[in-house]
Amino acid sequence: MTHRFIPRTLVEEKEMLQATGVERFEDLLPAIPAHLRLARPLDVPAAQSEMALSRDIRRLAQKNKGMTEIVSFLGMGWTKHFIPAAVDSIVSRSEFTTAYTPYQAEASQGSLQQIFEYQTMVAEIAGTEISNASLYDGATALVEGLIMACACTKNRKQFALASNLNPRYREVAQTYSASNGWTFHDVAWTADEGALDRASIESVLATNSGKIAALVVQTPNTFGLLEDLSGLTDLCKAAGAVLVVVSDPLANLISDPPGAFGADIVVGEMLGLGLPTSLGGPSLGYLATWKKHLRQMPGRVVGRTVDAEGKRAYCLTAQTREQHIRREKATSNICSNQGLMTVACSVYLALQGPKGLEEVAEQCMTRLAYVRTGLAKAGIKPLFAGTPFQEQAFRLPSGSRARVEAACRTAGLLPGVWLSDLMANVPSETILVCTSETHSKSDLDLLVSILSSAGGAA
Amino acid sequence: MSGSIVPEDLKYAPSHEWVRIDGDVITVGITDHAQHELGDIVFVELPEVGQKVEQGKGLAVIEAVKTVADVYAPADGEVVEVNAALADSAGSINADAYASWIAKIKISGPLSAELVDAAGYKALL
Amino acid sequence: MLHDDTGRTLFEKSRPGQRGTGEIEWDVPRVGLDTLVPAKFRRKKAPRLPELSEGEVVRHFVNLSTKNHHIDKGFYPLGSCTMKYNPKVNESLARLAGFTTLHPLQPAETIQGALELMWRLERMLGEISGMDSVSLQPAAGAHGELTALLVVRAYHLSRGEDRRKVLIPDSAHGTNPASAAIAGFECVTVKSAPDGRTDVEDLKSKLGPDVAAFMITNPNTVGIFETRVEEICAACHAVGTQVYMDGANLNALVGITRPGDLGFDVMHFNLHKTFTTPHGGGGPGCGPIGVKSHLSAFLPSPRVENHEGKFTLAKPATSIGPVHGAFGNFLIMVRAYAYILAMGPEGLANVGHTAVLNANYLYAKIKEGMSCKFDGPYMHEFVLDGSPLKALGLHTSDFAKRLMDFGVYAPTIYFPLIVPEAMMIEPTETESRETLDRFAEIFLEVLRECKESPETVHSAPHNLPLKRVDDVKAAKDLILTHPFE
Repeated sequence: MTHRFIPRTLVEEKEMLQATGVERFEDLLPAIPAHLRLARPLDVPAAQSEMALSRDIRRLAQKNKGMTEIVSFLGMGWTKHFIPAAVDSIVSRSEFTTAYTPYQAEASQGSLQQIFEYQTMVAEIAGTEISNASLYDGATALVEGLIMACACTKNRKQFALASNLNPRYREVAQTYSASNGWTFHDVAWTADEGALDRASIESVLATNSGKIAALVVQTPNTFGLLEDLSGLTDLCKAAGAVLVVVSDPLANLISDPPGAFGADIVVGEMLGLGLPTSLGGPSLGYLATWKKHLRQMPGRVVGRTVDAEGKRAYCLTAQTREQHIRREKATSNICSNQGLMTVACSVYLALQGPKGLEEVAEQCMTRLAYVRTGLAKAGIKPLFAGTPFQEQAFRLPSGSRARVEAACRTAGLLPGVWLSDLMANVPSETILVCTSETHSKSDLDLLVSILSSAGGAA
Repeated sequence: MSGSIVPEDLKYAPSHEWVRIDGDVITVGITDHAQHELGDIVFVELPEVGQKVEQGKGLAVIEAVKTVADVYAPADGEVVEVNAALADSAGSINADAYASWIAKIKISGPLSAELVDAAGYKALL
Repeated sequence: MLHDDTGRTLFEKSRPGQRGTGEIEWDVPRVGLDTLVPAKFRRKKAPRLPELSEGEVVRHFVNLSTKNHHIDKGFYPLGSCTMKYNPKVNESLARLAGFTTLHPLQPAETIQGALELMWRLERMLGEISGMDSVSLQPAAGAHGELTALLVVRAYHLSRGEDRRKVLIPDSAHGTNPASAAIAGFECVTVKSAPDGRTDVEDLKSKLGPDVAAFMITNPNTVGIFETRVEEICAACHAVGTQVYMDGANLNALVGITRPGDLGFDVMHFNLHKTFTTPHGGGGPGCGPIGVKSHLSAFLPSPRVENHEGKFTLAKPATSIGPVHGAFGNFLIMVRAYAYILAMGPEGLANVGHTAVLNANYLYAKIKEGMSCKFDGPYMHEFVLDGSPLKALGLHTSDFAKRLMDFGVYAPTIYFPLIVPEAMMIEPTETESRETLDRFAEIFLEVLRECKESPETVHSAPHNLPLKRVDDVKAAKDLILTHPFE
């Protein structure tokens, strides 16, 4: 009974049992009542060689149609960007992949300094003072932001939630609310721009005076449009609430970030910056905030200090917020986070720098503008006016969806997200198109021609 | 711990708070023994003035580097004053636990029956 | 050394005007950001991100990486963390473009291979655990706990019962009470008995129709099997309480016994522990949950369904809904699937077997120097009582730091809370006898030092990139981002 992952010969086993003071392995299990032990082999496939299992799994991979074969305009927080080779080269190093959480600082300075740098870059992008060391994904980062908002407002449990929030995120928040007593009040979007309706915010805050923990908004919103965040913190302050903003970090390169408007908690998805889309996981949730809210912040955080000789050093800190110390009073239950993903993101951000990132952002926006111009020629208009970033909702003629889908299937193209599948109150032929620097001009031309002919021929 | 300081003029809770009684206002802090067990104190979560407290329920939270301890109210009442200086110098509790009081409470009921005098507290350590 | 690079950040190495990527070609008309973004939105102050060449960035991170202990380099006896070898083939398979380029909103017919892999992995985990249904969606163990509690809550509500309490042993991981609190439950602590197991009488006195679940780790956090598990489950079931098994220590049971057969209703797995996916310096993990059939209908959506080889996604009306924006940490699932294929039934049986053997063997070699508070034999790990160190003026943390001077990582320390100065050691099945022997020697050597030259231990480490890190200063000064200027 030897296995390539288990270094134990039968001779060694015998000697080790003897050293342990027992004759048979079963003698080590007196605590497990005999009738509870498994008396048969597990019914799983027989062990395979590395060659055979690789063949099996490659076959499964080949059954998928990834974005190498399909031209995809899907986005909604999981955006495909080009990833320089240096990112995977670093993130593949076993010094990063096979290390544990850096609890013992002296033997973990590599991960600790890297996380410290990541925290700094996230805070810089979000325009706030601090960031934690990562959360699972954008949707759960929103949930953590809501939990934190409750703690910041002496356990208020109601939220004013923008209706143009990512519907996937909203669904996840809904799941949590079933158990912890949260109530959501919808903030409407404006009819012309699909943007936050100020009157609606004021009305929700007034109607539920003294109860709202946070106003929760998203920029760019689900229609892909930048939201004007000015004045929102004043509305929140007056209501004793905090402002939670779900924000696309890349958009923050070209537009003023939520922190610049005083947003208390900024959350979202970092996946686009250095990670492949990977069916949405592992992704990388972030949460950025201010020192004044540190004690309500979820998750790990790294701080800078010195060693016994005064050399600069890094270690996990402010740990009394966390579950392993605070238990049921912890700010969150999170333990394992997305550590390795922060390595990828850090390398990506460091390679790009501010100029590289701004350029990627401009590329994305320019390519979307190119599509918009093309579609306009066929009479296809955006659902809303406004300033799109890299994604925009377009209204196709009613009844055109089946034709568009058929044409796209033939062409090997995923034109975008059909928004009405995920959200109420959007017209059924609305498609959310996401462009990035990875789309060539011919990809864009193909999209425009299919949507124009299939969609425009109604 | 034989080395801890236990002033004679105070009352003590088994949960390691000290209490100074001055009419219907009591001053609460944590004992020298408690600060020693906690190690370096980095933060104190203070109550708010005007806050109602209940005997045996949390009054404040003391945070050390890798541990955290609740400070319990020894009687029902209302917080009338907090030691705001602790917000910037939580470590002063380590330096002098009896000078670094946490809160003053105007009590509205009897003191906890578990409070003991200095000799009684020494016997607990 | 060319220069002392201790702790110098990317930001200090940055030189304005440099970058590590080239300009992307423009094959569409460039209109400029000023046209694309109205002035009112434009970012006024650029983020202070580093500006470095590709080579400088690579060298920075490679140098950082050399300062990490990691499993490919050496022994990692972290109790409760199951730091075992991470097979390399898993890494290369998880990097296949047929997996990494998928988008979570793609139509199901374009991700058939991914759905098939998830469907199969669910069933494998179900067989290994004896559970009827599995959801792979939770992204980590704690996320699995929380998800499971939401499932339990939905189950009780479906029966018209608004149960609000969760019972948790005093030896539990901190995530248990934290997850219960986040899920809106009140936590009630159950005491441990003098033998380190659950005090069943204390448990029974706290059970009742208001108790939604009892969360228990088995083997528990002192490394021993809960012998009265059937009685525990029966007592809970008698009042309708669901019994949750924290699967953090599942490695000990693989192929030996199955949680489902022991009477548990619901559990979570840590694919990053038992199923060899790498820890990544803190994550990503993957924390699937397994449930008995009466809870299946409440599992998170979407559910993968298999219609004669055609895989679809379903959203049952009774589901609690999604707990993750997509499907969870999918690439971690690919790794775990590859691992199970590599092991097969005999290999999996060898996991629990050798993990238990290794722990008991190592303890036998160490116990003359330091012993456990509770009696063995142990399962996959044991918890030493480090309180004798106190008489020498030392603490477990000193001992742990000194161990690292010998090229091994420290055990888990100060957990569980029911053992004073605890030192929790889990060798796992992937360590050779030679490594265990060497570790035992090191351990006893450090123990000798504690008696003969305590100052050496007190001031450890001495052979690592840094001396003892001042975590008190870190907590007091709280420098959480690079101080620019």
